[in-house]
Amino acid sequence: MKQLDEIQLRLLREVADLHEVPEGAYNIRANGDSAGRASTSNIEIVPKQKVSGIDIHIKPGTKNESVHIPVVLTQSGLKETVYNDFYVGRNADVVIVAGCGIDNCGNQDAQHDGIHRFFLEPGAHVKYVEKHYGSGDGRGRRILNPVTEVHLEENSSMEMEMVQIKGVDDTERTTRAELKAGAKLAVRERLMTHEKQRAISVYTVSLNGAGSSADVVSRSVARDDSYQKFDSRILGNAPCQGHTECDSIIMDRGRILAVPGLEANDVDAALVHEAAIGKIAGEQLMKLMTLGLTEAEAEEQIINGFLK
Amino acid sequence: MLELTNLSFQVHDEGRDKGILRGVTLTIPDREMVVVTGPNGGGKSTLARLIAGIETPTGGSIRFNGADITAASVTDRARMGIAFAFQQPVRFKGLRVLDLLRIAAGKRLDVSAACEYLSAVGLCAKDYIDREVNGSLSGGELKRIEIATVLARGAKLSIFDEPEAGIDLWSFQNLIQVFENLRRNIRDSAIMIISHQERILAVADRIIVIQDGAVLRQGPKDEILPTLIGTAAAVRACRQADQGGAQ
Ligand SMILES: Nc1ncnc2c1ncn2[C@@H]1O[C@H](COP(=O)(O)OP(=O)(O)O)[C@@H](O)[C@H]1O
Ligand SMILES: [Mg+2]
Repeated sequence: MKQLDEIQLRLLREVADLHEVPEGAYNIRANGDSAGRASTSNIEIVPKQKVSGIDIHIKPGTKNESVHIPVVLTQSGLKETVYNDFYVGRNADVVIVAGCGIDNCGNQDAQHDGIHRFFLEPGAHVKYVEKHYGSGDGRGRRILNPVTEVHLEENSSMEMEMVQIKGVDDTERTTRAELKAGAKLAVRERLMTHEKQRAISVYTVSLNGAGSSADVVSRSVARDDSYQKFDSRILGNAPCQGHTECDSIIMDRGRILAVPGLEANDVDAALVHEAAIGKIAGEQLMKLMTLGLTEAEAEEQIINGFLK
Repeated sequence: MLELTNLSFQVHDEGRDKGILRGVTLTIPDREMVVVTGPNGGGKSTLARLIAGIETPTGGSIRFNGADITAASVTDRARMGIAFAFQQPVRFKGLRVLDLLRIAAGKRLDVSAACEYLSAVGLCAKDYIDREVNGSLSGGELKRIEIATVLARGAKLSIFDEPEAGIDLWSFQNLIQVFENLRRNIRDSAIMIISHQERILAVADRIIVIQDGAVLRQGPKDEILPTLIGTAAAVRACRQADQGGAQ
């Protein structure tokens, strides 16, 4: 593996919990170049020819293996668009850890747009974890615009955990999913924005097959002058079950727009949405203060728990 | 020792002043368990909230172990050794029972120590320690967790507001034991329990009756309890508890 500097190593720890070269298949991208890549006998990673990015082929029946594909950016002014395609074979069951960390101490924006496409064959299961993180005190912004496409064949399932807690100035996340019969999608998004940050998250989930189901849940905290928009649309085009939930805490002058959308195109589609936005309940602060915490400590405990 | 002098709490409600507490003077010395009782709406919870610092009195003073704490913050009072189990426990999305017990203990309580507090209130500890303190817990479970967090604080003054509310008859026996143990190990601390239960009143050293925002009567248990039996202030659910099969 190519030598990474201290900042890059710190970003890797933040986004992928990596302290050393990961086990299994991996591709580490640093400032636009590959800093290390490994395939296994079941998981093959092939660089794309015409555009930046990789194809990841996971053999049918692969079990208990993982793929790590973290991206780190420490060069102010760097803008990149990367295309990663995942082909997950029949009945495979794998963990995919993605994530992007940007450290920008310069005055130009640094931007990473990751276009991820997932093709799950029948019966496949993927647990996908994606963390976004930014640091650095330059005036240049840290921008991430991920686009994720999920194609789920019969009885396949995907769990997606998306986390962005710190330091990303501007993000527009677009996620589109199509589910065939018996397929399942579960999304857990956790988001915290500070200062003048802006985070937009748009989900469009089409439940096309009988017995398919989706559960899209976002928990978020907007502090300072930040703005968030959570737009989650579920289309029930067959007998199916869909649930979307946005549960948010606002603080300071934070603003949140939640736009849950449901469209039922089949009489046996059962769709539910829930959205709640509010500040931290006074009685929660009070309870923790009677246990000896200051108001600021109480706030921190409540938010940490909420976003855990 | 807690000393309340002429404590008042007035609110402006529906265009007129309303005296929720009207000049309450009382002392809870160390090594004493005091039970405060009296009809609903009499001002008992308000009294507890004033002592904990959640509400600010409109008159009078509060002294705790010699210091005037009338203007002290909730946090400062907690750190000086005042603990308070709410009548209505608070729910938290994402905080686990273990987290709450650790915050209460003010240190990184190990799991077995945390479990002891839960067992003391009759909860099977390993089923609860990792549960979130959220809407998935029943009222009675929340109430017992609330009591466990106050036990974990090991405070100089522990206040319990209607600890029996929402607790089923089977667990009630257990709750009595909690207070009997607290009484036995009271050392240099003090305990104030707001309750209507005859069995809890029976554990008290002293009983204070609050009605219409003022102290109606106070004195040693043996003196006050007979005046209460059969009145609205003492509910005899404990009799039912015995008949209900608690050993
Ligand atoms: N902040 C407040 N504003 C208006 N009324 C209040 C306030 N706090 C308490 N009260 C009223 O004071 C009375 C006493 O309440 P409380 O202390 O809860 O009584 P208890 O605990 O003895 O049942 C009740 O009628 C209650 O509605
Ligand atoms: Mg009350």
